[in-house]
Amino acid sequence: MGNAALLNVPDRDLSSARMAVNRAAWASKYYRTFDRDAVLRIAGAVAKAGYEKAPHYAEWAVRETGYGVVEHKTVKNRLCTHDLLDYYHDLDLVSARIDEERNIVELPKPAGVIFALAPVTNPVATVYYKAMLAILSRNAIVLCPHPAAKECSADAARHLAAAAEAAGAPSGLIQCVENPSVPLVEDIMSSDRINVIMATGGNAMVRAAYSSGNPAIGVGPGNAVAFVDPSANVDRAAKCLVESKSFDNSILCTNESICLTLEENFGNVERALRTAGAHICNETDTDRLRDYLWADKGFNVEAIGKSAAWIADKAGIRVNPATKILVPVVRRPGQDDLLFREKLCPVLTLTAAVDFEQAVTFARHASKRGAGHSAAFHGEDRDRLVAFSQAVPVYRVVVNAPCSQGAAGFATYLPPSFMIGTGYAGRSSVGENVGPQHLVHWTKIAFERDSYADLEGIDLSTVSQPRAVPAPSVTAAQTPSPSATPSVDRNELRRLILEELKGLKGDAQ
Amino acid sequence: MFDYGYFSFDSKEALLQKAAEYWNPGKVSFWQEAGTPMVIDRREGYFLYDMSGKRLIDLHLNGGTYNFGHRHPELVEVLKSGLDYFDMGNHWFPSVARAAFAEKLVKTAPHMKYAIFGAGGAEAVEIAIKTARYATKRKRIVSIIKGYHGHSGLAVATGDERFTKIFLADRPEEFAQVPFNDVDALERELKKGDVAAFIIETIPATYGFPMPHDGYLKACQDLCHAYGAKFISDEVQTGLMRTGVMWGWQGYGLTPDIFVCGKGLGGGLYPISACLVTEECGQWQVEDGAAHISTAGGSELGCLMGHHVIEMLQRPEVISNIDFVANFFAQSLAEMMARHSDIFVGVRQRGVVLGLEFDHPEGAVAVSRALYENGVWAIFSSLDKRVLQFKPGVLKDVELCQEIVDRFDASMPRARQLLKTMKRAA
Repeated sequence: MGNAALLNVPDRDLSSARMAVNRAAWASKYYRTFDRDAVLRIAGAVAKAGYEKAPHYAEWAVRETGYGVVEHKTVKNRLCTHDLLDYYHDLDLVSARIDEERNIVELPKPAGVIFALAPVTNPVATVYYKAMLAILSRNAIVLCPHPAAKECSADAARHLAAAAEAAGAPSGLIQCVENPSVPLVEDIMSSDRINVIMATGGNAMVRAAYSSGNPAIGVGPGNAVAFVDPSANVDRAAKCLVESKSFDNSILCTNESICLTLEENFGNVERALRTAGAHICNETDTDRLRDYLWADKGFNVEAIGKSAAWIADKAGIRVNPATKILVPVVRRPGQDDLLFREKLCPVLTLTAAVDFEQAVTFARHASKRGAGHSAAFHGEDRDRLVAFSQAVPVYRVVVNAPCSQGAAGFATYLPPSFMIGTGYAGRSSVGENVGPQHLVHWTKIAFERDSYADLEGIDLSTVSQPRAVPAPSVTAAQTPSPSATPSVDRNELRRLILEELKGLKGDAQ
Repeated sequence: MFDYGYFSFDSKEALLQKAAEYWNPGKVSFWQEAGTPMVIDRREGYFLYDMSGKRLIDLHLNGGTYNFGHRHPELVEVLKSGLDYFDMGNHWFPSVARAAFAEKLVKTAPHMKYAIFGAGGAEAVEIAIKTARYATKRKRIVSIIKGYHGHSGLAVATGDERFTKIFLADRPEEFAQVPFNDVDALERELKKGDVAAFIIETIPATYGFPMPHDGYLKACQDLCHAYGAKFISDEVQTGLMRTGVMWGWQGYGLTPDIFVCGKGLGGGLYPISACLVTEECGQWQVEDGAAHISTAGGSELGCLMGHHVIEMLQRPEVISNIDFVANFFAQSLAEMMARHSDIFVGVRQRGVVLGLEFDHPEGAVAVSRALYENGVWAIFSSLDKRVLQFKPGVLKDVELCQEIVDRFDASMPRARQLLKTMKRAA
């Protein structure tokens, strides 16, 4: 008897995912009427649960994916708990709004069921982040992790779901697909039972989300240029760059890809970077690094999220073991050098323009590879800052701060986010850091312009309820446990992983 | 023109004429007169489409046969896959599908020993009664008045005289009936010392799902055992998670000696039924395994379907959905009852088994018709026409459930009007 089964067995995972979407719709029905206290109570409980296990899942994610740094992933996970909740605490997406001046009353209407993809690079942080957004916007969410991060992602989702339910959320509010596959994602994304897709991942996946026929919020890859103006405190700038580039081994799409300065300032930047812990590559090292990182056709995926020392070793470059980042040098800012592409590893390409105009032109072109994403500006010259920001096709310019953390809202007052809206420039529907407000639409009750409408007299108490409707008593609604044998075709799975990794090469979040 | 390739009909009317001519004139005219002249054409999910194109939400489900909806894609896939390998099989021999399915079923009820298969619920009841007689060496069977266990020889004899007298199939000397929820009446029969078994649906479906009083079923089971009789639980309509647990008896703390299941066991695609028995009751299978045989009973395709149906029902997502559906209807029907208290007077519910009571001897007939006109198909209880059988499937989603309630609400004025006419006629 051969190994293959004699009969075809239906795809159990697909069936489970479809049922998860149905469950989410039930949860949404009840949760969408919860009042603000109940929502904040659930959000608080989930934030607390997530915070407590942030190191646990950081370690798990690094172990399962091989990407990043436990300590930094812990920071990222935590950012999505209390910090995120604090940030949005006063953004009320639950209560009706009354605009006396314009004679308009607005009622919040949550999307319903969110289908959310989570990438391999930030698996748990994304699960935390998207679950929190769903809770704050009174939506139900079905998360779909990357296959290479499915275990930590699913476990984290279960952990948050349990905390939410214990705080009074309906069963099924937060769920996670256990065994993702390309056909499964395609099926659910195009299903008329979901209301919005939140797509973070490879370019192909984001495009597929937009092609699904369903409303989607998808964000594109980055390729941040950090411009160090001669007016900058160069030591501080270098410190930011090294800190940012080594953060989680540069696995965030907000990390700087290129450090751009002017010829006159090149020596200063080089020295400052070295002092801050960077290894400045000579011509030979730069060639070796380029050859290693772009070995065959595309970016060498084994380098993603690895440390500087590890990469140097593989590339055959001798470095001090304490080296935090590698800095290949391309003296002329030409467009075609592979080292100007996105690198999700602690490698920062240093280049210099002859003057500011040339620098802006280069930054404008280099940013097209990560259009709509982020850039950084180091310096005190406000005119140049504005000129740079006006020219470069990005929606965030982080000033005198690490870009990895700054654009994602750690080191700036930007909203804490793991979905950096790349807007129209980056073929996305949202150009800002995605937040819960993107998951709610408002019914506007509009009175005639010039007549007096007694808006104060309107009773809006029925719009949301203290604990709304009986959350089901639950006969035995545990979250499904992973099934032992993935019935998906292994080749298909491999294709998905490869595709996703291909996306990471030069153009992924 | 309805061209099905193998046969065709010019119109729905032409079909009805043929059906009356060659098939069953009584049934054809009955539904015409009832105002629910449905001829099911397409069917998909929880929807039925009449030949006229009218869409109906199916709340009848043939008593749970379409628990997962019509032609559930996963079940269709299983059957198609099975057809590439199996057929009905040879009932004389051991078979992979039968062994696997029997094990799967017995594991759902650990105090049982064997699963014996049939093709339909009545056949499983026959097996149950024969098994009880074998085990007790007694002949008499007690059931409840207005009970229903199928239409074949022994099964029909347990039931209402409407179905026996016409065929001279009543056997008063072997079959006795006692009122539902009356423990003393059962004991009076058991005391005679010649009762082989008491058979009862955990919640009697055809009687309109009256709920057993607290402790009633347990008391019946204990009495049976005290008097040396077997307790048979008929789970044809209450099994397969429809009351929130796999088998209705599990929810009442019972351990029947024998229980039967059917209907949805084959996923609505391939007929299969089963009778589960304890080791003691099943001794005849050791003594003479071929004492009961059935060519269509336990067909391998049916076993494959049953195996998958049980697996699907055990999934946490399905269990959770049943919970949502049950809670939703508990709440929304209470609201409906408050809105329409003049005619809608009661809800009997356990899980997704519901009976809705209307304040008129034939109230459910009117409501069934009003619902039909509003795109919902739900059948009245044959043996208590005050009660509408309201049977949502285990996978119904939130939108469909809401739509059902909305349509129900919209149907009530029409139901009221029909009831007035009926009262005037009466």
